[in-house]
Amino acid sequence: MAHILLRHRDIPDLRKLGVYQANGGYAAWQKVLTEYEPQQVIDIVRNSNLRGRGGAGFPTGVKWGFIPKGPGDKYVIINTDESETGTFKDRELVENNPHQIIEGALIAAYAIGAKTIYNYFRGEYMDAAYAFEEALQDAYAAGLIGENILGTGFSCNFYCHYGAGAYICGEETALIKSLEGELGQPWSKPPFPAVEGLFRKPTVVNNTETLANVPPIINNGADWYKSMGTERSAGVKIVCMSGHVEKPGNYEVELGTTYRQLIEMAGGMRGGKKFKALLPSGGSGPVIIENALDAPMTYEGLDAYQSVMGSSSVIVMDEDTDMVWAALKMIHFFKHESCGKCTPCREGTFWMEKVLHRLYHGHGTEQDLQTLESVAKQVKGRTLCALGEFAINPVLSTIRHFPNEYRAKLNGRGSA
Amino acid sequence: MIKEKYAKEIEGILARFPTKKSAALPLMHLAQREYGYMSKEAMQEVAAILDLDPTHILSLAGFYSLYYEEPQGKYVLEICNDLACALRGADDFVEMATAKLGIPVDGTTEDGMFTIKTVMCLGACDRAPMLQCNLKFEEHLDETKFEALLARLRAEAETGGEETAVAPKIASYAVKK
Repeated sequence: MAHILLRHRDIPDLRKLGVYQANGGYAAWQKVLTEYEPQQVIDIVRNSNLRGRGGAGFPTGVKWGFIPKGPGDKYVIINTDESETGTFKDRELVENNPHQIIEGALIAAYAIGAKTIYNYFRGEYMDAAYAFEEALQDAYAAGLIGENILGTGFSCNFYCHYGAGAYICGEETALIKSLEGELGQPWSKPPFPAVEGLFRKPTVVNNTETLANVPPIINNGADWYKSMGTERSAGVKIVCMSGHVEKPGNYEVELGTTYRQLIEMAGGMRGGKKFKALLPSGGSGPVIIENALDAPMTYEGLDAYQSVMGSSSVIVMDEDTDMVWAALKMIHFFKHESCGKCTPCREGTFWMEKVLHRLYHGHGTEQDLQTLESVAKQVKGRTLCALGEFAINPVLSTIRHFPNEYRAKLNGRGSA
Repeated sequence: MIKEKYAKEIEGILARFPTKKSAALPLMHLAQREYGYMSKEAMQEVAAILDLDPTHILSLAGFYSLYYEEPQGKYVLEICNDLACALRGADDFVEMATAKLGIPVDGTTEDGMFTIKTVMCLGACDRAPMLQCNLKFEEHLDETKFEALLARLRAEAETGGEETAVAPKIASYAVKK
């Protein structure tokens, strides 16, 4: 099947404006500008059942529909703060298929009446963003962005912005604070960004991959998009395969593909080793084991296994992986990335790392194991944003699935 | 002073936002590219341009991990040893790299050429082991490629080219729209 998002793999030099346009690029943008009212665009996207690809899965058209109608400043922000462990899909898109993101963001801006778009990149993508910046300049020069676009009277500016190393800025309210020149710390909602976002104006924050879906949806219609995937999880998704597989990388699949199929797609287990566990959503989703491999990768497909699809960053681990070590790696990440604003996350991640460290190195006791679980459960449901909640997932899920590995490390029997 | 040297870029950055404060991160990137780290003077410079209290810039420098508050080596080698990379040998790579340069993690070589740090996920897990060198990604690394990288950087340092700055040039900062 030809790619819908990773189209650059089928069409060489797609990053160039001329090539993109020769392959139907910006046709959706022209169609929207000349044929559709903003509400019609929102309706098409809503009917397509496109849901957020950053992890939360909120219906995109519904999100756009929350923006108040009428005059006044509004903003579209593209979330390219791709920082979840194991996630590298948006980077491939910005480097190789930038115009599809630009086109999708412009359509979003038209739909909600925004005059300004910011693409918030994680600072580490500054070098990778070069192709995107070039694409932006070309689109400006061609009159596709800027004042009075294609003579329609619609105007919209588009800027790239670079963060500076903070996982938390992927959370939309933290991202907005960061774009305002503040510490990237989330606020307690409400107000929601749709009502009071960037510069206290109505704002839509969409993931990069989400927006790349928009031009093909406009071109081919909502029904076409819904014909792919499952009823509740429509369309296609880029899956980041990493860890112990033969061919790590991005794979574009229809939603509903099983995890077993994904591993096969990525060349199977590295070195013919046996599968042990995988993290379906980078560091932030609970670990799943063998019994869930035939579950479909959809927004609800892992409900029965107490896990989530999330950003579909699949980190695969083979039989030799020490799961306490893996949990320690993850909690170290969350402790480092906790923004420090709310106490349960700040203190919880600090203590979970301390105790896990002790356990891993064989200095832990039965009491430590109980403390670890108890701290994790005290964090649950008590943090300002979802990221605090994520931090406990690798801990509780590894304890649930691999209690013996924890026990084996008690009282001086740990790894050196 | 970046205010004079990058007057046009700064004007372009400020024109993007309704508030000056939003330009803080971009100007800090610019300052760090110029000075190699966020010195006290650099922070005061950025604060003055934006009419902000220097302590605000200090707090941003502390919060965001890409800003260095201390002088660094000419090349900052930030190796990802997060879970996905570690499953593909990143921890062994860190050990090899630090041994090769004879410095611990967060250390700088005596000639001031290299600093090694370990960092969280950089979004290149499919190309591990990897690192970012002054924010440019070096991927699919092993000992041989690491040695070649060091040799290339040493040669580059002698010619003192543009590539040696502590951040890539940001394309759009030079353009006013």
